[in-house]
Amino acid sequence: MAEAMAGPTSPPWHAKAGAWLRQPGVLAALPTTLFLSIGFAGPLVIVLVYSFMPPRTFSMFQAPTLVNFVSVVTDSYYISFFWSLGLSTVTVVLLLLVCYPIAYGMAKLFGRWANLVTVLVALPLLISENIRLFGWVLFLLKNGILDGSLQALFGLTIPSLVYSVPAIVLGLTYVYLPFMLFPLVIGLSMVPQSLKEAAADLGATRLQIFREVEMPLAMPGILIGAMLTFILTLGSLAESKILGGQAVVMIADDIESAFTYAQNWPKGAVLSVLLIVFSGVLVFFLFRRIDLDRIIGRR
Amino acid sequence: MGGRRASIARLLIVLWTLVILAFLYLPMISVVLASFTKKRYFSFPITAWDTVWYEKALESLSVRNIIATSLSVAVMVTAFSVVLGFCSALAFARYDWKGRKQFQKMILLPIFFPQAVLGLALLLWFTNIGIVTSWKTAVFAHMVWIVPIVTLIMSIQVYSFDPALEEAAFDLGASRRQVLKEITLPILAPGIVSGAIFAFLLSWGNFPLSLFSTGADQTVPEWLYAKMVMGYTPLVPTLGSLTMGGAAVVVVLVLIGFQIRRMRQR
Repeated sequence: MAEAMAGPTSPPWHAKAGAWLRQPGVLAALPTTLFLSIGFAGPLVIVLVYSFMPPRTFSMFQAPTLVNFVSVVTDSYYISFFWSLGLSTVTVVLLLLVCYPIAYGMAKLFGRWANLVTVLVALPLLISENIRLFGWVLFLLKNGILDGSLQALFGLTIPSLVYSVPAIVLGLTYVYLPFMLFPLVIGLSMVPQSLKEAAADLGATRLQIFREVEMPLAMPGILIGAMLTFILTLGSLAESKILGGQAVVMIADDIESAFTYAQNWPKGAVLSVLLIVFSGVLVFFLFRRIDLDRIIGRR
Repeated sequence: MGGRRASIARLLIVLWTLVILAFLYLPMISVVLASFTKKRYFSFPITAWDTVWYEKALESLSVRNIIATSLSVAVMVTAFSVVLGFCSALAFARYDWKGRKQFQKMILLPIFFPQAVLGLALLLWFTNIGIVTSWKTAVFAHMVWIVPIVTLIMSIQVYSFDPALEEAAFDLGASRRQVLKEITLPILAPGIVSGAIFAFLLSWGNFPLSLFSTGADQTVPEWLYAKMVMGYTPLVPTLGSLTMGGAAVVVVLVLIGFQIRRMRQR
């Protein structure tokens, strides 16, 4: 039926596919698509398969079972997941509060100085996060830089601030700050100044302008920043280990020790699947709302 | 009027930005300070300054080894990522084709993904297809994360590229190769260089992916991490400072290069 309706001039499907394949865009996309299928999709499938294997097995060809998924609840695997969720939420809220004024400044006030701020914020990204987190340990440690300075200047002694939950939040906020700031800048620079002025001329208050004009128009940037930092903090490993000591086990630590010390790959796999599905759902909803051509290309 | 309030708000925003910039550099300054201390365990204020740990670091064979490993990984990652990233940036931003929107989102997925989980997934993947992990598998692992980032960075440049320039060259009788060599590559060069720098330094500094994918080999961030968590040595801040210095030199050279290019074009 479909063929009859398409008429005799319509080319067969393989000719259409051939024509599609010969487009320069498709050819340019091919190498990376192949690479990511092998390097990204493949590993994810393996993790998924392992989450259905019996506990403490090292092969993918056992009879599948749901034991691991049951264990998430019964053996309290979920505790580290909830710690991570909590810490990530706190970090994202803090980052929004810290970065919004700076992003506003960079998008609207600083003019050519904004480029310098961009470079200065981006540079630390190029230094391993381990080194930077270790710097915080040196700063916050007993007899560290903060404690030592306070002693020398005011004779005050403070307890060690490191190896605690607030120290982890500090580390997370610190490491992921650029990932919130840059999307916010992009989002806020998408708000035309004239629109805000028009709203003000029509008698809108500052709060109204913020809520009805600025926020909705900057929303793609805000959403990207919040999602990106949320997902990255959710899967963070080094912060809780270096700054947290034994204070909290976050889900990535839990996954790591399941694969290494505990030698329970299926447990690690089921926790990974939990994390992947959770982040995947968030990303799915995010991607439905944004248009990358507009955000990156400013077309 | 609102002018006064606006200028106070502006001042507060500038101050806040300066505070946060200081916050960003504070831990790095701490590391550099600690690297010049003579004592085995760090305490502040520093009573005895010394560069003894720098000498020890530069003499140490194991330090040289891990630096060589990190460099090999970073160089390979840069080379491969620039080629792949260039192609995919064209597909991302230059050409109009059916499936482009889906492709753009696929490129973003590895960035919107917890790196530690990606590292473990890759470890399982290598183990199950029978590849022994070493620095070479780390190159592959880094690329899964870095190729998308390089693609994004290059795309920014590609978006501002006017395809009419290429068409004009074709009309004037240039061959495909000539157009690529004389038009496309020179115009996109800043994007390619930025992409390469990011690829190199992100690979050099990466920890979560290396942790699971290097096998018996060890990169600098892994070594530092191992020493921080157990068996602290004063070489940690020293090597940390050395790598920061290296990164700073690379960035300064590149910024100077861009400046020279800009002056020549005027």
